[in-house]
Amino acid sequence: MSAAEEIVTEAPAVEAVPKRAMTLGYGTSLVVLAALILIPLFVKNFIIFQMTMLLIYALAVMALNILTGGSGQFSLGQSAFYAVGAYTSAILMEHAGMNYALTLPIAGIVCFGFGFLFGQPALRLSGVYLALATFALATAMPQLLKLGYFEHWTGGVQGLVVTKPDAPFGLPMSQDMWLYYFTLAVSIGIYLASVNLLRSRSGRAFMAIRDNEIAASAMGVDVALYKTLAFGVSAGITGVAGGLGAIAVQFVAPDGYTIQLAISLFLGMVVGGVGWLPGSIVGSAFIIFVPNIAEGISKGLSGAVFGVLLFLVIFLVPHGARQIAIIAQQLAAKFKKN
Amino acid sequence: MSVTRPLAAFVAALALVSASWSAALAQKKYDTGASDTEIKIGNIMPYSGAASAYGVIGKTEEAYFRKINAEGGINGRKITFISYDDAYTPPKTVEQARKLVESDEVLIIFNSLGTPPNSAIQKYMNQKKVPQLFVATGATKWNDPKEYPWTMGWQPNYQSESIIYAKYILKNKPNAKIAVLYQNDDYGKDYLKGFKDGLGAKAASMIVAEDSYEVTEPTIDSHIVRLKASGADVFFNITTPKFAAQAIKKNAELDWHPLHFLNNVSSSIGSVIKPAGFEAAQGIISSQYLKDPTDPQWKTDKGMIAWNEFLDKYYPDANRADASVMYAYTVAQGLEHVLRACGDNLTRENIMKQAASLRDLELGGLLPGIKANTSATDFAPLSQLQLMRFKGETWDRFGEILSGDVGG
Repeated sequence: MSAAEEIVTEAPAVEAVPKRAMTLGYGTSLVVLAALILIPLFVKNFIIFQMTMLLIYALAVMALNILTGGSGQFSLGQSAFYAVGAYTSAILMEHAGMNYALTLPIAGIVCFGFGFLFGQPALRLSGVYLALATFALATAMPQLLKLGYFEHWTGGVQGLVVTKPDAPFGLPMSQDMWLYYFTLAVSIGIYLASVNLLRSRSGRAFMAIRDNEIAASAMGVDVALYKTLAFGVSAGITGVAGGLGAIAVQFVAPDGYTIQLAISLFLGMVVGGVGWLPGSIVGSAFIIFVPNIAEGISKGLSGAVFGVLLFLVIFLVPHGARQIAIIAQQLAAKFKKN
Repeated sequence: MSVTRPLAAFVAALALVSASWSAALAQKKYDTGASDTEIKIGNIMPYSGAASAYGVIGKTEEAYFRKINAEGGINGRKITFISYDDAYTPPKTVEQARKLVESDEVLIIFNSLGTPPNSAIQKYMNQKKVPQLFVATGATKWNDPKEYPWTMGWQPNYQSESIIYAKYILKNKPNAKIAVLYQNDDYGKDYLKGFKDGLGAKAASMIVAEDSYEVTEPTIDSHIVRLKASGADVFFNITTPKFAAQAIKKNAELDWHPLHFLNNVSSSIGSVIKPAGFEAAQGIISSQYLKDPTDPQWKTDKGMIAWNEFLDKYYPDANRADASVMYAYTVAQGLEHVLRACGDNLTRENIMKQAASLRDLELGGLLPGIKANTSATDFAPLSQLQLMRFKGETWDRFGEILSGDVGG
């Protein structure tokens, strides 16, 4: 049996999500947006910082969601793209003295290229084999960053300290608040672009590949091109998230970008709902706050508590936040009828 | 008896009372995190993740502060010890440090662990002017009071330790051919740098083989084989406990008997030497500043008895062979000393001032003769070590107390 036949007979790993179900309705989007804009005005700087991290991880989770939910490819190597983005921004800011905002598109482009190139050999692999190949990338990355050859630029194991930007034009805003709104603007831009991408011709091609590769190629979709493209886009967005992360945390070091991060992002995607872009922010909240909650319950067993919580989520709502949203929608519809 | 005398006495008494009252008022000074009844101390530890073995440090400290509170606190104030998990990942450390400072409003962050995590928060802590006191890492960069006046180290740094070995080799074996094995991270590289600095111009000709391993490797046997093949007669072993035991064992198996230097990170008898076998460890040279609880020579030592009593009562499940338990006990005592010295002036500034004025402080867990010293220009409390050679079933300390202060 050839590999192609195997794929056909296998049940699809990712459930087909119709493209309209990938986004939120207008009303809900506006409420979420208003909350994201208004909350920081009333909370402490620390909470604002946490919200910034929430948006940054949401971007990274969304990037993975485009890859897996959109084109049906698995990746456990997102931490590597995140690291490349973070280091690109940090090095440009600290060694070349570049403005932080300008470093982000560069980080995105560098990661797009990196992801696109990595997508070439990855084409020959699918399913769990692809996941393993990307896993290798994630394990290798921290060691590559430690290499003596790059040490002059990367700071080696000691990492690099990044200067946090002040609010421009003398705006009466703390650094944290400015960075939050900056991140929010970037996130909204990328979110809208992603939604449009998935609604476009390319998005349809991604989804056709996800649903059935052979049928897609029969319809004239250039499978190789679109698969690598999905990798590139996903890596590019992850790179921008990494760059923002480096600025928010003010520090990059190899230990921050281990396989643990890749698994967290993967987890965030599953909890948020595979293929449902707005779920990314829920998934991101899960990977940021649930470990803190688990630690609050028991310090010695925080890992076990986290495991139990994760298990509960997967057991009760296997489709993650998307499922909850659908249930809520149905309830609301019922309520209206009555 | 005239009427005026009791009146005069009353006035005098009143004057005295008000004087002492206003004096007390003038003395009591607090920053966020301290009050008449409590002192809030923050801490960040890797309770989960790759470095979770060190989490025991946080647990021991928590037990020690419980002991202080049970005995009445520090100058009448109870210690609230808030310790968070960062899983040894710098971004999480930043989040936890900000939570401690901005949300829990702690007075200081004490003994946060690891070089990358502490590097990640150093700038933030110094901007906020919150003490980052007695950090749990042996990197050299924490002794930099000019650039970072709110950060202070604790233990002898890695570089000064390997300088001591280098000096010993230059003096006793000037024609040595040296093989070095080190862990490929900040800790290993810091040791290596100190060693090369210590050997000076002769480093290039004396070091005949250099090999590194990753902390994720299951075994380092192949590295030892390679180093033996270099024909070296001195071996500098910069490894963490698990690997140190493997290296000692493998050396014996290969019948390779160079003059073996072992970094003090792995000098524990209980967790390194015993598993590797006493026979294989004879003649190894290391150095130490803490008493090793698994070393029989301290059985009747006063400091060791106090340590055992503390563990019996407040942390009975502690693994007493774990060097981290002794480490945490000693550094917590160091903090206790600083807080007591602050008296009623619990400002962040005064804490740094008191921490920077330790004079010959001796603690129960330190080797006899080793003292903590700091000044406005020296932010490295412990910088002394004593060489020791393994003999029989115990470390045999020799030579005088050595010091190798290195600035950051």
